[in-house]
Amino acid sequence: MIVTLRLSTMSPPTSPILSVQPTRGLVDEKLKVVVESLPPGSPVTLHSLHHSEDEDYWEAFGHYVSDFRGMVSVSEDLSFGGTYTGKEDMGLLWSMRPVPGSRKGLRLRKMNVCSPMLHNISVYSGHVSEGFREQTPLTSVLVERWYMAPGVKRIDIMEKGVRGTLFIPPGPGPFPGLLDMWGGGGGLIEYRSALLASHGYVSLAMDYFNSQELESADLEFKYFETAFNIIKEHPQVIPDRVGMFGLSLGSLVTMHVAAESTIVKPRCCICVSGSHFYPRDRTIKEVIMEPRSNSHRLRIDENNHHVWRDMWIHLLDDPSKKVDVGKINCPILLVNGKDDQNVPADECAEDIALLMNAAGNGHLLSRVLYPDTGHLIEPPYSPHFRASNFKAAGVATKTVMLLWGGQTKPHSDAQEDAWRKILSFLQHNLYSSTPPRAKL
Amino acid sequence: MMDRKQCIVKLFVQPSRGLVDEKFIILVQKAPPGYQLTVHALHKCEDGHSWEAFGHYISNAIGTVNVSEDPSLGGTYSGVEQMGLLWSLRPVPGSKPGLRLRKMNVQIPMEVTISVYQGHQTEGFMDQVPLASVVVERWYMAPGVSRIPITEDGLTATLFLPPGPGPFPGLLDLWGGGGQLVEYRASLLASHGIASLALDYLTPKITMETRKMVDLQYFEKAYKILEQHPQVHGSSIGMLGLSLGTSITLKMAAYSEVMKLRCAVCISGSHVQPVDGSMEDILKHFNKNADRTRVSEENEFIWRDLLLPVPSDLAFKVDMGRLKCPLLVVVGEDDQNWPASESAMDMKEMMEQAGNSHLLTVLSYPNAGHLIEPPYTPHARASLFRSMATREKMMALWGGETAAHSLAQEDAWRKLLVFLRENLYSGTNPGTPSLSHL
Repeated sequence: MIVTLRLSTMSPPTSPILSVQPTRGLVDEKLKVVVESLPPGSPVTLHSLHHSEDEDYWEAFGHYVSDFRGMVSVSEDLSFGGTYTGKEDMGLLWSMRPVPGSRKGLRLRKMNVCSPMLHNISVYSGHVSEGFREQTPLTSVLVERWYMAPGVKRIDIMEKGVRGTLFIPPGPGPFPGLLDMWGGGGGLIEYRSALLASHGYVSLAMDYFNSQELESADLEFKYFETAFNIIKEHPQVIPDRVGMFGLSLGSLVTMHVAAESTIVKPRCCICVSGSHFYPRDRTIKEVIMEPRSNSHRLRIDENNHHVWRDMWIHLLDDPSKKVDVGKINCPILLVNGKDDQNVPADECAEDIALLMNAAGNGHLLSRVLYPDTGHLIEPPYSPHFRASNFKAAGVATKTVMLLWGGQTKPHSDAQEDAWRKILSFLQHNLYSSTPPRAKL
Repeated sequence: MMDRKQCIVKLFVQPSRGLVDEKFIILVQKAPPGYQLTVHALHKCEDGHSWEAFGHYISNAIGTVNVSEDPSLGGTYSGVEQMGLLWSLRPVPGSKPGLRLRKMNVQIPMEVTISVYQGHQTEGFMDQVPLASVVVERWYMAPGVSRIPITEDGLTATLFLPPGPGPFPGLLDLWGGGGQLVEYRASLLASHGIASLALDYLTPKITMETRKMVDLQYFEKAYKILEQHPQVHGSSIGMLGLSLGTSITLKMAAYSEVMKLRCAVCISGSHVQPVDGSMEDILKHFNKNADRTRVSEENEFIWRDLLLPVPSDLAFKVDMGRLKCPLLVVVGEDDQNWPASESAMDMKEMMEQAGNSHLLTVLSYPNAGHLIEPPYTPHARASLFRSMATREKMMALWGGETAAHSLAQEDAWRKLLVFLRENLYSGTNPGTPSLSHL
């Protein structure tokens, strides 16, 4: 047990000085954490604490030893233990996990993007691994992490049956646009769209599950086309620079629309952790129900986690059960994790490459496949969870613990790298200028 | 002329949310190479006035402008000036004269719109559509800093506490003759780890109600509030004053039996005052020589001569030999409001004679004026000022040349923070092991 003594003396405080830059940053910006005025060669713990919107506590910590100037610099020094080890400038964020005693199966997601995530970064004396709440840190600062840059406008959309939230970057525009789609959990998840708008893209986060309009595959298809056009027709959007971005089920929708729509022509597509298994003429809801009709292929692992990845593999051999990716005629980036336990992303990416090459449009395809990375490839520095509670949207099922996969450190590296590649892909396809006019 | 639709210029400002003393990086990308661009800043202050600044640039071979590395060829600032878009802010054409930019509500940020315009523009920005624009927030308060209004003991003050368990060093923060409860410097210092108390001593509630100026015990009460606060390290309290605030700071540092100041900072002030005087006596003393007021060609009032020449009579200047704590004196050599330079020189002489000049550091800035504010605060060479004597609003000449004054603000603040940190914290002391890791 570590006891912290505090003597009152006539001399000035000897507390170390903690500085974290930036104190108010975007979630994809790196933090610089430096501690000064420590006794030299002294063990300290750097700790980060977050109180989520769901009232859970998440923490991360690293064990450091100050150098002989009395300094610790998280971007330069090694962590000797804790929730992360080694030289990890962002370990205090990506290695966060629920504090001991928390409910099981938690996932950290910010629902209100108009306020920041708050993190208490503290310095504790010695190498502490538990009982942080019962101790007083030497010093601490509060850091804000924002999904929305200043000046980004957030607009509720209820138009032509489409429900969602539109995020518009500051400035006159016009800007390229993005239709942003999440997965089978449903709901209106805004944070990635807010972040994309902070990078200069008009982004529409869509809620595509609970609408009455989605009762047939046909109507459903029209819903996505309508949503795409809402962006395209917005006065601040460049009409021929609208792309689509999907994760999981959203990827499937993206590929399907890109392949089959005669009305909508995305300029480029990003598909994260997606499969291309789309039984033709079925609705999204029916696709979600597919697992139940294949429940013999459902695996439950030793931790009672549901593993869905094998439920779809048999569809690889049946062309009628797959999106006709040969018809895609825009650049498409596939981002997948090799340890995706929810969707056989690896095998699907291979198959998509085969199909596109055969169709002669393989030059449009780019793929990245990250080792030891799971299904939920989120914006950088988001904590990783190998499994979490999941309730399929719009379907009367119970909540299960779904296995997503991935090992924390490689998965976090993948998130960071993927985001950089995604942003450069978008920049290249949606922002590059057309050949300049001859100067007059 | 470039077709706007094809020119998707990208503008990037980092950090988008920063403290007011943090530098930012402004990048313009994807412009055509060798292209003329104007980078513009617009701020609407709390009083509703609009302020602007702009620099003229030419993009390089890959269509980039980097404000921290490229020279501005003209505008409200020129040369390589990373922060020129803030410190050279001035009221837009058509504004009323004599404005000064001051943030009164520190709980919300200053919002500055940074835009890029085609060509080298000097006016009519509001009638044009920029190529791109972003919004930047500038905060006087770091996240987690608590703002605590203080009304006990008849005080009108605000305490700013840094985040964390503490205890923290403390600081009494005093402004000058304009009165009011001005919080922004105290909140910024709290953002740097110092529990700071902004004190209104000219227009506090008690004076407004009783029509009587505060006595010297008022300041001692403020000191006690800090000293007794559970999160303040009672033996580590300093005092900072600007202008008239310097007069109080020196008086307290030299004569108060109650205040045990660890260090003091005096900006743009003087030690000249009736030594045994009350607040009223001090103000009356300044007005005695009101006939020495000069008026500039632009009808601005110059009050620096009211306290000159520095007297040799010890009844009229603080006995600097009595000081026992380190003192940082900051002066602008072009101060037209107070004879800060002359006073600093006399203070130095007095301390050399008394044998305590090792405590004194003087920072003297050529071409800087009276209002030496936190960095990147727009320079006001003159502004409307409500004189305590006449209660009228008059145009006071503060002095200073904008670029030199802004450089002085930046340098003085850095040195002030180091001075406070060294004197209020003990710093590394390898000989004395901390007991906390037993």
